[in-house]
Amino acid sequence: MHRLDARLLLPVATFVILLGAIFWLQPRTMSYFGLNLMLNLAVPLALATLAQMMFLTINDLDLSIGSFVGLVACITATWLHDRPWLGVLALLGCIASYAAVGALVQWRQLPSIVVTLGMSFVWLGLAILLLPSPGGNAPDWLATFVGYHMPLVPLPIVACVVIGLFTHALMMRTSFGVVLRGMGGFARAVERAGWSALRARMTLYALAGCFGVLSGLALVGLTTSADANIAQRYTLLSVAASILGGCSFFGGRIAPIGTVIGALTLALASSALTFLHLGADWQVGAQGAILIAVLALRALTAREREA
Amino acid sequence: MPGELVRFTEVTKSFGPVRALDGVDLSIAPGECLGLVGHNGAGKSTLINLLTGALTPTSGSMQVAGSPGSVHDPRAARRLGIRCVFQELSLCPNLTVAENIRLVHPVLRGWNWSKRAAALIRTSLDTVFPGHCIRAGATVSSLSLTERQMVEIARAFTTTDVAPRLVILDEPTSSLDASTASQLLAHIRRMTQQGCSVLLVTHMLHEVLESADRIAVMSDGRVVGCDPADAHDRDSLVALMSGGTHRASVARLAADRRTGSSPVLEVRAQAGLKAGESLVANEGEVIGLGGLAGHGQTEFLVDLFSARTMAIVAGDRKRDGVFPLWSIRENISVGAYRKHLRHGLLDLASEQASAEDWRGRMKIRAPDMDNPILSLSGGNQQKALFARALDSDARIILMDDPMRGVDVQTKQDVYAMIRAQAAAGRTFLWYTTEMDELYECDRVYVFREGRIMAALGPNEITEERVLQASF
Amino acid sequence: MNRAAAPLRWLVRQPWSWSFAAAILVWLVAAVAAGQGAGGALTAALAFGTFTMIVGLGQMVVVTLGPGNVDLSIPSTIALAGVIAMKLMDGSNGGIVPGILAALAAGAAVGLANAGLVFLLRIPPIVATLSASFIVQSVAIEVGGGMLVKPPPALAWFSTAAPLGLPLAAFVALALSLLVKLVLARTIFGRTVSAIGQNRRAARLAGLQVNRVAVATYALSGVLSAVCGVLLASFSGGASLDMGVEYLLSSIAVVVIGGTSVNGGRASPAGVWGAALFLFLLVSMLNTLGFGAGTRMVLTGLVIIGVITAAGGERAA
Repeated sequence: MHRLDARLLLPVATFVILLGAIFWLQPRTMSYFGLNLMLNLAVPLALATLAQMMFLTINDLDLSIGSFVGLVACITATWLHDRPWLGVLALLGCIASYAAVGALVQWRQLPSIVVTLGMSFVWLGLAILLLPSPGGNAPDWLATFVGYHMPLVPLPIVACVVIGLFTHALMMRTSFGVVLRGMGGFARAVERAGWSALRARMTLYALAGCFGVLSGLALVGLTTSADANIAQRYTLLSVAASILGGCSFFGGRIAPIGTVIGALTLALASSALTFLHLGADWQVGAQGAILIAVLALRALTAREREA
Repeated sequence: MPGELVRFTEVTKSFGPVRALDGVDLSIAPGECLGLVGHNGAGKSTLINLLTGALTPTSGSMQVAGSPGSVHDPRAARRLGIRCVFQELSLCPNLTVAENIRLVHPVLRGWNWSKRAAALIRTSLDTVFPGHCIRAGATVSSLSLTERQMVEIARAFTTTDVAPRLVILDEPTSSLDASTASQLLAHIRRMTQQGCSVLLVTHMLHEVLESADRIAVMSDGRVVGCDPADAHDRDSLVALMSGGTHRASVARLAADRRTGSSPVLEVRAQAGLKAGESLVANEGEVIGLGGLAGHGQTEFLVDLFSARTMAIVAGDRKRDGVFPLWSIRENISVGAYRKHLRHGLLDLASEQASAEDWRGRMKIRAPDMDNPILSLSGGNQQKALFARALDSDARIILMDDPMRGVDVQTKQDVYAMIRAQAAAGRTFLWYTTEMDELYECDRVYVFREGRIMAALGPNEITEERVLQASF
Repeated sequence: MNRAAAPLRWLVRQPWSWSFAAAILVWLVAAVAAGQGAGGALTAALAFGTFTMIVGLGQMVVVTLGPGNVDLSIPSTIALAGVIAMKLMDGSNGGIVPGILAALAAGAAVGLANAGLVFLLRIPPIVATLSASFIVQSVAIEVGGGMLVKPPPALAWFSTAAPLGLPLAAFVALALSLLVKLVLARTIFGRTVSAIGQNRRAARLAGLQVNRVAVATYALSGVLSAVCGVLLASFSGGASLDMGVEYLLSSIAVVVIGGTSVNGGRASPAGVWGAALFLFLLVSMLNTLGFGAGTRMVLTGLVIIGVITAAGGERAA
């Protein structure tokens, strides 16, 4: 029934072209270890992007996801390592806070970007209080899990496929996901049908919190230590990646699989630029140019499809 | 009282100082089709919202299926079998047709829910609108307005755990064309024979006269009459609605005026036109664009629109017309800023004076033109939009079925205004779905599937000819 | 008239009143806590707040264009304009005029490029301006070449002087605010911006020059960022590449705390002032009270949320 959207075509094509370019520039990357190395850091970004997508589902924007992942990383590298029960409790508390933010936004009809802007200061502040300078240690089980060498296929690829398919099933296939997306499409109609907008927004925010926690865990597992500012870039990258993946700012239009691919693409882009031996000064600029090219292409093809 | 599905006794509903319902007595019997007519602001929407549980009455008693106070929220109303098709549709555009069905049926969950939902809506669509071509897997945003309304209506008649006992249809035919509308009316008769009640709320008087068993007329928050449909005709209903001040229907325009005036607009071989055919509008003419709803007339007007010479009166106020944050004054003056410029700055006094002028001319019912536009009733908002277009210096005014959902009195006022303006040399292109309004035009072009099928001269505008070209 | 009869009710209804109330409250707390130096705190707030106000005005006009419209290229535009201005002036007073003109032109160019991405290529503004900012950042690095050029003496004096405790730069911000307010309320451009923000389709059908105005709005934001860049570089003794970073979030924060509707259509230039003062005074109050960096951030965040909650999301129009 749900055919995979034509919108998926562009993120997939971009990803494949980029990967092809990297293989061509640096054939040695075409190996288990090469892929593992390049895509490792895409996993936490993909998870953070899915968190952002939960907000986009209900036409909100999370400007705090980067700080939040940073805080989770700090909690993981300190409390979860030293006193696991306290760490687990704190992480659950973080998810609950996300749901509470959702409740506040819904209750007072506040703009999400302002509330999450405020929360970004709160998360960052808490992270600094917990870990004033970079450090801490990843729990052993986490480092082992993240560093696990799958046979044949590198773990990051498997992880991304699993995450993407799971989220697709959850949001696009279940009757539960329909209500959540409906809230983004036409909230009043869904409320008239007897569903609670408050519960929907809290659920989506809590889901975003869950993905944020997973992202922080994955990040610490890879880097083995934490820093309050470790994931600041994720806020804007997650927005860019989800739009790249075919989500839309309005109307509850989301694309979980595309979103994961969007995150992978952004992660690969920096590798590709390194292999191009581009001057350091221009690397950021080239990343911007790639982003513009892809999004422009998408906008143009979308317009053609409309016509 | 047994034998009644719904019973309102002395029901009132106040919003602050405003009394939307002022002591309503009304009943609906099982298997009855009750027609409900009245002006905008007469209290019909409030009545609907009480029935669907979106609002609760301020005082009085409201019994549904014999139990008082049982409709306290939308879910309770649903459990009692009350369904409603709202005037502004309530489908989520980002979801598929089947997913939209799931929203109103909590039992559609678990394994295979989507197959069950698709089957449910397919059956209902086949029953209500035989011959439709809507896929259950289609995303709603890809459907036309007419198709969306069909889905919305068919959805109200689907049954899972609770069978519908009362279906409320609020202006259900506003986006339907004549054939689908008659399919719907036939289905209403079938449903009432099976014992389901229908509350039909509409401005289309012929529909209630044709389909309803009884007709309730509302005015100023009260039910001023509730009699069998046979006891009424068009004129008696209009008389009841307008409290007896009903004017005789307007005489047709003299066909001989404005002969020999110069063409101000000629559209040739545009997307909407057959090759070699053109739409010509002369100075001071009122040109009707007829045909069934949704056959490209709106798109034609929007494509035609050019800011330099034209002004447009929106039919879909929310989408195309109103600026919700602005006052009535600002909403009117937006069409004619150049008039109010002094040294490059807008002169607020001049803007104000102009707004006051239009309040008088259009009889806009507002205590203060600085009040927000949304404080006005729908009909008065529409008058403000007319004022905006007429206030501009545009020589050509495009009208996109602007009288949808407007009450009879306002319509008469606006018709008179259009005639006066046309006499003063302005040209009107008027898309309308109502035959009565086409009679107000000098010439009529009939659209079908986005193309002009017929051009009718002054003496050729008859319902028969318009319908002939429409099908 | 309502205004004369109930000035207080009128005041409460103004979108900007909350931010000013919050600023005054924080200022009083800081003054009581510190026991002295309230005037100094205000001077400092005006001096530092000026930069936020200027970019906040540009951000405000962009945000007023409607949901989704936002300018994330402000930080990199600040850096680019600062670098270009300092480089052209090369520390001499004679270069001030061409330097400023070039910086403003660069700002306008960035704004126009943003508008091109948003309106020609139909990229959502948030990612379009973000992507553009990456490129602008690279250009700024290239132009700057890693050298710190000192501002000309006259400009350095102008941007730091504060006779009677009122920084001169604050007057620039004041003049710009009044100008923006006048433009928004009393020109066709301003009304068009508001109309687009409320309903873009209706604005086009009302005969307004929707595209031209929207493009000009982004250009305006670019120019205001450039003004901020020049002043900031002069104020801090030369242009550095990361001097704009903090204005990304703060420009958005002052717009929204100031009462501009994030759903578009309603701008509040006065509120930008109140909010900029409030944010700076808040940080200095927390400093005075002896809080560490972490606590300071947590409290800042909570206060931002508190203000927006108290002011309410759906404020009366």
